[in-house]
Amino acid sequence: MADNFEPLIVTFCCNWCSYAGADNAGVGRRQMPPNFRIIRTMCSARIDPEFILRALSKGADGVMVLGCHPADCHYIGGNYRARRRIALIRLVLEQYGFDPKRLLLQWVSASEGEKFQKTVVDFVDTIKALGPTPIKSKKQKDMLTNAVAIKEE
Amino acid sequence: MTTKSALVIGGGIAGIQASLDLADRNIHVYLVDRLPTIGGTMCMLDKTFPTNDCSACILSPKMADAAGHPNITLMTYTEVEKIEGEAGNFTVTLKKKARYVDEESCTACGDCVAKCPTRGIPDQFNYGLTTRRAIYIPHAQAVPRKALIDPTQCKMILDGKCGVCAKTCGKNAIHYDDADKTETIEVGSVIAACGFSVWDAKAATEYGYGRIANVVTAIEYERLEGAAGPFDGHIPVPSTIVKDKWGVPDKHNEATKGPKSVAWIQCCGSRSHKKKWRQYCSSVCCMYATKQAMITKEHGDVDEDIFFMDIRSYGKEFEAYIIRGETEYGIHMHRGARVSNLEEDPVTKQVIVNYTDKDNNGVSKTFDMVVLSIGLEAPEGAEEFAKVLGIELNQYGFAKTTVFNPLETTRPGIYVTGAFAAPKDIPTSVAEASGAAAKAGANIVNDPSWEPCKPKQYPAEKDVSGKEPRIGVWVCHCGINIGSVVNVPEVAKYAESLPHVVVSKETKYACAQDTLNEISQFITDYDLNRVVVASCTPRTHEPLFREACRNGGLNMYLYNMANIRDQCSWIHMHSPEAATEKAKDLLRMAIAKACLLEPLEGAEIPVTQAAAVIGGGITGMTTALDIAAQKIPVHIFEREDHLGGFATNFTHAEDGKLVSEFLAETIKKIENCPYITVHLNAKVKEIPGYVGNFRVVLEDGTETPVGAVEFAVGAAQYKPVEYNYGSDAKVKTYVELEKEINAGKFQGKNVVFIQCVGSRNEKVGYCSRVCCAASIRNAIAIKKKDPTANVTIIHKDIRTYGFREDMYYEASSLGVRFLRRCNDNELPAYDGNFVEAYDTTLGEKVKIPVDTLALAVGIAPMREEKEKLAVMVKVPISKDGFYFEAHQKLRPVDFATEGVFVAGAAHWPKFMDECIAQGSGAASRMLTIITKDHLVSEGITASVSNPNNCNGCGTCVGCCEYNAISIVIGPDGNPVSSVNAGLCKGCGCCVAACPSGAMEQRGFRNAQIIAEIDALLDPVMEKE
Repeated sequence: MADNFEPLIVTFCCNWCSYAGADNAGVGRRQMPPNFRIIRTMCSARIDPEFILRALSKGADGVMVLGCHPADCHYIGGNYRARRRIALIRLVLEQYGFDPKRLLLQWVSASEGEKFQKTVVDFVDTIKALGPTPIKSKKQKDMLTNAVAIKEE
Repeated sequence: MTTKSALVIGGGIAGIQASLDLADRNIHVYLVDRLPTIGGTMCMLDKTFPTNDCSACILSPKMADAAGHPNITLMTYTEVEKIEGEAGNFTVTLKKKARYVDEESCTACGDCVAKCPTRGIPDQFNYGLTTRRAIYIPHAQAVPRKALIDPTQCKMILDGKCGVCAKTCGKNAIHYDDADKTETIEVGSVIAACGFSVWDAKAATEYGYGRIANVVTAIEYERLEGAAGPFDGHIPVPSTIVKDKWGVPDKHNEATKGPKSVAWIQCCGSRSHKKKWRQYCSSVCCMYATKQAMITKEHGDVDEDIFFMDIRSYGKEFEAYIIRGETEYGIHMHRGARVSNLEEDPVTKQVIVNYTDKDNNGVSKTFDMVVLSIGLEAPEGAEEFAKVLGIELNQYGFAKTTVFNPLETTRPGIYVTGAFAAPKDIPTSVAEASGAAAKAGANIVNDPSWEPCKPKQYPAEKDVSGKEPRIGVWVCHCGINIGSVVNVPEVAKYAESLPHVVVSKETKYACAQDTLNEISQFITDYDLNRVVVASCTPRTHEPLFREACRNGGLNMYLYNMANIRDQCSWIHMHSPEAATEKAKDLLRMAIAKACLLEPLEGAEIPVTQAAAVIGGGITGMTTALDIAAQKIPVHIFEREDHLGGFATNFTHAEDGKLVSEFLAETIKKIENCPYITVHLNAKVKEIPGYVGNFRVVLEDGTETPVGAVEFAVGAAQYKPVEYNYGSDAKVKTYVELEKEINAGKFQGKNVVFIQCVGSRNEKVGYCSRVCCAASIRNAIAIKKKDPTANVTIIHKDIRTYGFREDMYYEASSLGVRFLRRCNDNELPAYDGNFVEAYDTTLGEKVKIPVDTLALAVGIAPMREEKEKLAVMVKVPISKDGFYFEAHQKLRPVDFATEGVFVAGAAHWPKFMDECIAQGSGAASRMLTIITKDHLVSEGITASVSNPNNCNGCGTCVGCCEYNAISIVIGPDGNPVSSVNAGLCKGCGCCVAACPSGAMEQRGFRNAQIIAEIDALLDPVMEKE
């Protein structure tokens, strides 16, 4: 693998804790690698397994799902549901030939700028160690994309 | 202001809650704080007990709500100088202190702070653990987040030699000639939520605070521990902290070590008659010390000891928390241990704790750090401020209140809430804050000249249906915050190349008024139907830009934001190229989503302007009277044939007045009130409906429509099976004993009280809170009448928290003997004539003769009764059998089910004053609903967008935490899911769960989120 591999990571954050934690990292000027892009949802329970598969199928090298700590969920128990869904989708990922380490679930509270930073730094390292996504050809991409085609279409 | 307002003094959590409650009822509020930011003490805390919630996470949204509320005028850095007039008509003189920074123009970019050469000034927010500069932003979560200049330090203001910050400021916001301004306002009511100060630990010379480096106070420890504190949550041993020449600690210095052992010393400044110490109990320290110990343990393996006299975990689920601390976290609890002094090891700088253990042996133990659990006292300057308010203080300097009027000061129209009346925890303060709001609101709305705040009028929203997206983009430099890292002109130019983008502009400050006006104007000029701003975070700035859209006639949900500052330029400062690429990606994603945004409207839900109070005890009656005081009909449903509830058993007096007399007066008020209907012998059968629209259906079939419901069903007394109660005439409950005493019939000579009968044992884990004070009250009465009587109280801990500590002291002074039973679940043995107990002072078992054995029976939750009601509105019951509120800290009387509330002993065992305050609190929360003729639901809700795909499987029903979804029969006769927009909170959990793609979340539709993913990974780069 080329030494200059710079992974692209899709990060899902919930509005109340982890997105605020990312902001907190910013307010604290905590430096971290620029390899991730955040997509905000109101709750980690909104994250459809399809989004994760879609991101990986389109060539993301890794996906992070960051939610509120257990018992801190703004919507009572959404993060528990996210936790279960992520556990299941890990099994699916393996079947498609992805290392389940490419998907990370972590809890980050609104005040945990440092934890956000550490999570990003560690995950970028993990993905760098794993190398680029195994999805290479356009054909492979299309196959997986079709397999997880948007439900409403 | 043409109409009457309310004034709330103090912007801590209590003041914020009181303001929000009033403002939500369209009453205009001036929220005044003498500090430059609201948030009070709570925003200094790291975590909160007993949930270990992050304090910032739960408080920040409330602070933002208060700052953004159209009916709240926030006046920070402002002092109240004079209050003239009377209830309903006060004229208040305020002094707005000079900030030297224009609040309107300041964007809190921080450029001025970074350049200010005057450094090394102790940072009050961090209790001097770090330093700030002469111009500063109080802290990261400050509201308003605006800079200010400390005029006692600024070289420009002192001698005209500097001016760097004014040169740095891109907004010309700095004015060295700023001056204090005086303003007068007219208000109908005043709420004093002035909070508390912490006790000055220097007075405890034996503990060496200020002299021994590694002795800190608990509030300092909160900052040391805080994730947003000066050490990022890595607790340092103070003697190993390395500071630069400006006094700013180097948080990454290798010499700085974390503690391996920490001790907490309780009652520092409390429960003592020593000079400068306070005689009362500060009520919160046992819990916060345990919390700090637990959180510390989570940071690393630390050996922890807490030294205390009694552990006072009397609140909801507090006892279980302490037990968890001891058993699960391994905190060493030293009960009955008073620390004589602390010494410093001159070599290791460790702290030696010298104490007497429970067997009266002198022991020393060494720790890396010692935390002093300092008490709470009346806020600094309370004595002078009481004169401004024209109210009386009690002997300890707190606002004077009474048991029957816990929220009223001695001056009519001025109410008190939070720790300004007595040391108290956050949930109690929040419930009382609502209560004070209920009282304050009545003075205002009953003024015939009062008019509710009118909603702001906006231009008509343009119709965007079926139109191609026309997007306007603004990319913000944020002074140099974004622009010095991200190539903003390049990003703005890039946006122009993207499909549907009609105009793309760079701006120095997107949030400045000129840009906001431009956004509104361009919606017309360029016929925009979407707006995207690339700047900071939607968490703080989305409301501002949404407002600009509304002002321009665009539905506010047609706005989207790319966070290129907090989540880009600030965290990738050393990679400007990569940061620029990231900013482009984020903007492209935001634009892709914006193309698919739809205009949203919150659904209008009609409201029945009436309330149901279930339970006619003191709590329920208080709620009813407070609601009726605003001329809104209330129905009390009482299952017995009379009002009064458990208090009808009380024969004692409070504040010199018999409870029975107060009860009779209250019942009379209820009976004479034209707005209250009492339904006696009322058995509630079901409560169908939802917020604003409930029906209370009784077993006899009668139905009452109401907009909000309160459960004030109280609790019962535990029926003892211990000590042959019922067959041995010597054995009685404290209520029975009290009746005898107050009837003058009691003749006992040898009285033993047994505490915690039916509480704090293997079956009932919790503390019943009221029994210690009740036994002591009776013990005092017996001793006062007959000083020769032998009165013994056998207890586990004495929990006379707050000013009730005076009773404990009085009882001890009168010769009541207190014996602590061994800390196990076994009750003392009793053979019909003698009680056998262990005397810790003697160190041996003693036999005490008994002619009266008074059982301090606990409070039983009446779980079955509660469950019956709970299932009707789907509210939870805690493991102890009491109702479980929406949030233990900040929503103490709300249920997660909107429109349903809880107060009094139904929530948790509590004293009468606490029931009254909480009853008022629930009234206020209910008034925020039933004073409106309709409610508007959240726009971002779930909805069954594709009903043809729905087969009514019910997966969504099971995963909704708010019971907002039900399966109904659709027009084609098939089952289909249906979302009640009034109940939906918009988390989107059901959308992800839906197996058929039928469910959608407005504002976060599947296609919208997928558009973001695709825009990042598979972009269409060119305009067609």
